[in-house]
Parts: sequence; C-alpha cells; structure tokens
Amino acid sequence: MDKSLLNFISQAYMDRNLQRQIAYTRKSLFDQGYLDEQFIQLEDLQDDANPNFVEEIVTLFYSDSARLIRNIEQALENNPTDFDRLDDFMHQFKGSSSSIGAKKVKSECTQFREYCKAGNAEGCIRTFQQVKQEHATLRRKLETYFQLARQSDV
Amino acid sequence: MTVEEIRGRLGGETDRFPVGMRVLAVDDDPTCLILLDGLLRKCQYQVTSTSQAKTALRMLRENQNRFDLVISDVHMPDMDGFKLLEHVGLEMDLPVIMLSANSDPKLVMKGITHGACDYLVKPVRIEELRNIWQHVIRRKKCEAKHESKSTTKGKNRHGNGEGEQGPSPTDNMDQNGKINRKRKDDEEEEDGEENGSENEDTGTQKKPRVVWSIELHRKFVAAVNQLGIEKAVPKRVLDLMNVEGLTRENVASHLQKYRLYLKRISSVATQQANMVAALGGTDSSYMRSLSSLDGFGDFRTLAGQGRYPNPALSSYQTGGIFGRLNSPAGVSLHSLSSSALIQPSHAHNLSNSLNTLEKFQPVVLPEKQNTSSFQRIPTSLEFDSPGDPTIFTSVGNASLFADNRAPLGISSNSLPSASVTPLILQGNLQQMQSGGVFGNQSSLKVGSLNSKPFNTGVAVQISRFSSNSLLLSEPFNHDLLPPNSMRSINSLSGPHIRNNPDDFSAMSAISSHMEDARGEIQYQTGLVGDVRNMNQAMDKRWGEHNQAYVQNPNMVFSTLNSMAPTKGVVNLLSQNVDQNNGVFRRETNTSLVSQSNSSVSTLLQHSGVEKSAIDSKMRSGEDYILEQTKTQGGFVHNGYDSLDELMNSMIKREQRGAMLTDGEFGFDAYTFGSCL
Repeated sequence: MDKSLLNFISQAYMDRNLQRQIAYTRKSLFDQGYLDEQFIQLEDLQDDANPNFVEEIVTLFYSDSARLIRNIEQALENNPTDFDRLDDFMHQFKGSSSSIGAKKVKSECTQFREYCKAGNAEGCIRTFQQVKQEHATLRRKLETYFQLARQSDV
Repeated sequence: MTVEEIRGRLGGETDRFPVGMRVLAVDDDPTCLILLDGLLRKCQYQVTSTSQAKTALRMLRENQNRFDLVISDVHMPDMDGFKLLEHVGLEMDLPVIMLSANSDPKLVMKGITHGACDYLVKPVRIEELRNIWQHVIRRKKCEAKHESKSTTKGKNRHGNGEGEQGPSPTDNMDQNGKINRKRKDDEEEEDGEENGSENEDTGTQKKPRVVWSIELHRKFVAAVNQLGIEKAVPKRVLDLMNVEGLTRENVASHLQKYRLYLKRISSVATQQANMVAALGGTDSSYMRSLSSLDGFGDFRTLAGQGRYPNPALSSYQTGGIFGRLNSPAGVSLHSLSSSALIQPSHAHNLSNSLNTLEKFQPVVLPEKQNTSSFQRIPTSLEFDSPGDPTIFTSVGNASLFADNRAPLGISSNSLPSASVTPLILQGNLQQMQSGGVFGNQSSLKVGSLNSKPFNTGVAVQISRFSSNSLLLSEPFNHDLLPPNSMRSINSLSGPHIRNNPDDFSAMSAISSHMEDARGEIQYQTGLVGDVRNMNQAMDKRWGEHNQAYVQNPNMVFSTLNSMAPTKGVVNLLSQNVDQNNGVFRRETNTSLVSQSNSSVSTLLQHSGVEKSAIDSKMRSGEDYILEQTKTQGGFVHNGYDSLDELMNSMIKREQRGAMLTDGEFGFDAYTFGSCL
C-alpha cells in the first residue's frame, strides 16, 4: 500500500479529531459563561503575524492580575477597611478582566464593587473569594484550551 | 488645507491616510495596553504604546510632530488621565481620546470639558477604533478655519469645539466625507489666501508646534486682558504680544482653548456651587474627594466671595477652585492671581491647602516648588494653569521642559534582574523630584517590577513588557531596549521569534536565560523546565536552536522542527515505542512530568488526545524518518519501517489509555507488515 496515502489518511483523521476537540473545548467555555465576545476580539487579532496573541495576552493578564489580587488581599486585611482603595484596585482588575473577556470573573468583580460602595467589608471578603475562584478556574480552563490549540499548530 | 496637505504633514505611510496614522496609546494596565496596541495595529495605524503618562508626555514634548493622536486611559497611577489630556491639548494641540472601564456620564462629561475629542469605554472594540482618525482630520481643518476666520471677530469658538463634540456625527466617514472636506478646504484656501502669506506658510509647510511656555502664556493673558476677554481677537492679541515667530493661527487656537477653559471652569464652578449648596458636599465621589482635602473650607470661602466686577475674572476664579482638583497648585494660583480681593491671609490658607492637597496628589509637586511659584504670583498678572503647576515650576526652576526629558532610566529596562531595577528607579525618582517637573519621570511602575514572573517564549517578552511599562515603538526600542525582548513585542510579531521556525527552541533559549533570573515559573516555563529535567541527555538539546532534536537512548526523533514544547513532551511520551518497555517508559515519563509541575499534569489528562496529536505530529508532513539516525536499539531498529510505526500509532490511538503489551505491538506490526 502506498505509504504516503496511509500517512495522509491517518493524519487527516488525527487532525480532525484534534480540531473537534479544540472546537468543543472552546465552545463550552462560551456556553458555560466563562468567556464572552471580547475573547473573540482577541482571537480576531491573532493572525500569521501574531500567531499566539490570545495566549500571550491571557498570560499577561494572569501575571498582572496576580499583583492586583495581592493588593486587594492586603487591603482587605487592613482595619479599618479602605473601600476607596479597594474599589480602585477592583476597578483595574475588572478592567483587565473584561479586556480578555473573562465573563464570570467580571461579574464577580461587579458584585465586589457593589459591596465596596455599600461599605460592606464582609461582603467584600466573601465576594473576593468568588473572584479568586473564578479567576483560577478560568485560568485552568484556558490553559487546557491553549495546550490543545498548540497541538494543532504545525 | 487639503487632505493631501494633511497627509503631507503626517509621518509614516501618508498616502493612505488613515493608514499609518501615528497613535500614542497610554494605559497603565498591561493587558489593556497590549490589547489596545493590537487593535490599533489591526487598524493599520502606527502605534506607540506606553504605560506611563509621564513617558508619554515626554515623548510628545520631545517631538511635537511625532504623533497625530493620543489615546489615554483615565485611571492611571502616575498621572490622572485628564491631566494628561489637558497638557496634550494645550501644549501640543493634538486630539486626545479618553479610555475608561467606567462609563459614568460624569466622567464622560469631565473628559469633554477637559478637551477630549472622544471617550471610549473599555473593553474597546475595534470598530470604535476604526473611526478615530476623524479627530485628526477635524482638528487640522479647525486650524485651517482659524486662518480664514480670524479676521472676523467672535468666530473663534464656533464650530471648533474641541471638547464639545464628543461622539462624532460623522461616523460613516468614507470617501465622500473626505471629498466634502476637500471642497471645504478649497474654499478655505481661497479665504486664506486673502490673509496673506501666513496661510501659505502654514498650509504648505510643516509648521513647528508652538510651545506655550509660561512667559509666552503670560504675555498672551496680559494681552487678552488688555483687550478684554470678550473682545480679544487673535490678530490684536498677536500684535500686543509682539512675539516673533508667533502666528495668528497659534494665537487663535490658544485663545480658543483659553476660552474653553474659562467656560469650563465657570460651568464646573456653577455646578459645584450648586452641589455644595444642595448636598452639603458629601454626595458624589467628586465632592467626596473635595471634602477629603483639608482646607476645603478655605476654597469654599473664597468661592463665596466671588462677586467681582469683571464677570470673566470672577468665573475664572471660582472655577479655578473647583475645576481642578488634579492641579491644586494651579487652582490656588488662579484664585490668587485673578482676584484683587484676595487677602494675604487667604493666600496663607491656600498655601496650607496646597500643601495638603499636594500630599493628596503626591505626583504633583514637592512643597518647595509650590512655594516658589506661589511667591511669584503677586508680581505677575495671571497664570493660566492649563494643566498643572508643573509648568510653573519648570519655569521656576529655570528649565522649561528639559527636566522632563530624563533618560527614563532606560538601562533599568533591560531587566537583568528585576530586583535591581526598583532601586535604580527609586534613585531616579528622588532626583527627579528635587529638580524636575515630573517626579516620577523615570517611573517604571516600580511595584509591578517586583513581582513579575518570567515566562518563556513569547510570554517572556510579555512579562518584560508588563513590568517595564514600555514603549513599543520601533525607534525607541532600538536604542534603548534589549534586542531580544522588546522588538518581539512590537505587534507581537518580532521577527526574531516569528521567523524562527522552531518556536520552541527559541523559547527554550530564552527560558534558559530566564530561569536563571527568575525563580517564579509559570506554566509555560514549567513545561519547558520539566522537559529539561526529564531527561538529562536532552537538557542541552533544548537549548539548541535549529532542531528540537531530542536524543535518548531509546528514542528516535527527527522531525521536530516546528513543534511547540507541549508536543515535544508529548512526543517524548509517545515515541517511547521501544518495544520492550514502551508502555513503561511512557508512564515513567508521565510521572516525571506530573511531579514537576501541576499545571503540566493537565497535559496528562488529555493524553488520549495527545496521542492522536502525537501521531499527527509524527507525520507532520515532514520527513518522517523514524528508522534511521541515532537509533540505539529502539523499537525501530527491530526492522519496522515507518509505515508500521504509523499503523501502530493508529492502533494505540484506538486503544486510548489501554495497556499495550509487547505481544500486541509485535503482533500488529507483524500483521501489517505482512500486508505490505
């Protein structure tokens, strides 16, 4: 049998499998509300000149937001609570979360800011746990997704 | 001025304006900045990005003709976006677009009153950015209009509304719009010619932007006051000023801005006065910040005294108090200078307030500078502090804008180790504050430097970018930044990464640097690191450039030219098809991987998928040479040719995760082999 034909067939089969997996993973991120259409804007910016743009910007977001999270945690430990400062940090955090389309993270941020405005420290602390959780969950999911996607880059 | 002339004045690719329009993007958030940068590049603008407002201002001042448009975030740590806006508007006369995650109408209003030509809400969409070039054209046309209409009184404020346009009605600008403008331009050209050679000069040549120094502005204000603010006409103001090289157009545009400023102050003052009266000053956040300042009472007192014979002056004064929280020194200077009724005691109170305010806005000025400019006030007529006391103090220190041009401590950008740079920066900071205008001139976001993990590959560049608050423009980078980092940031397509077919090896090369410099490792790094750790024999290999050629006594690799680290690892897993211990090795490697980095373990969860990926990689269209070179007693050596390997892999994929015995291997191979 022709080797190259077998090569071709098997490769096509593998590729299709992988692509399906990638597409499914991506779609579920949207369906489950982890990402919103802003993420598509990021994807639109990815092209031959910037083949890894999405992953790069997400990576950047996660390294930068780690700093913000630390700031917020420290601020939450202060007594009395400086709500202005908290709100300030969260405003930044929300801004960059929304820039990558982190939908659930963003909505937790909004919730947090409500508590800030209300001066509710306990609410802030609780909500911030949610923020961190969503932040971490999204990170895991995106990592998985990127690993898959990378495999299809030849 | 025709569109062609506008194009002629613009740098870069001018034939296809708005393509190549030079935009300066300022945002302290690195994620947003890189997104903005990417979006702008997609619109084919020529983008320079920085996360420091001060850097932005410096760049703008260094070369007034370097940019056509500025986009800036509102909320920045080193300088308020509105302050930057004022500076740019008054000093450089460039259109400025504000950007914020906050869509509060009050902020939008603030943007408008401060002279922004547009206000965008984050996250920004590319459609919104496609139209921003209209602001550049509009402004150029407004300047042209000044020329033709400056002889007629009172038309200066009309229709040019820098700050008053907000969202443009001409959103559907297309070729038609340009043609319309061109016709209008032609008409203006005709008018302009009547005014004499001045127009021709400005129309056909690049005119250097006028920097409104404090002396110049003082003369200007003196002239305006002499004529009366309502009656001041550019030509007469120009004559009164008697400054060589100043054109009527310069005066006209400055006058327009001045009037806008006065208007804004008075309207804000009225607004604030109402709020104060109605709400007792505690309601809005604006008031909150006001009340948080000591000496607020002093301001209010002064405001209360605002019944002066000259209505313009009075509004000027009261407005000055409220209109500019961001430039408290400027505020009080206004109040002092314009009111003849201010008593020394008030001056004292104000100076106290000033100092307190100055603490509130640490970026502004150290005390001594405030005082010095303070003392000058009684002798001078009026200061318009367009943005900022910083202008005053720079003059006071006998250095107009030279102080601003600190080298930015660029050497510290190169980040040999992040821990060193904050010290350098802080040193610079102190120097700056004593001598310079912008104390944080060299600020490179010290805080962020401390905690930046280094990532591999392109991620490395990203992290450097974020911790450096950088300038992504080509010229700037070439001079000042380490070659292997910033250039690849430029549109994230720096040649040195992209052209390298082996992304992985490039990344790994960098990672080998990075790992030395940084302890913290993100998952990408971790991946690479793990691979390196996994097999000593491979250790050196990863550092090589051309081929991610992995050598292992039991493995055979060849075609890994363009594989990413993941694939590399995965290939390790799969390629252990040594007949004797293929499965075992896979598991061994697996466990190694899992120990190293938890994030890598996600890889394992998808081992099934990866298997198929592996296989597809194995025949990635390149030379599929399993059986030769460097095999040392591997599976292949036993005589199976490439096709058999192929079929085996297919089988493996079919039996995801299932344990394959040697027997099975052999059997299948044999079966297939016999068919061929």
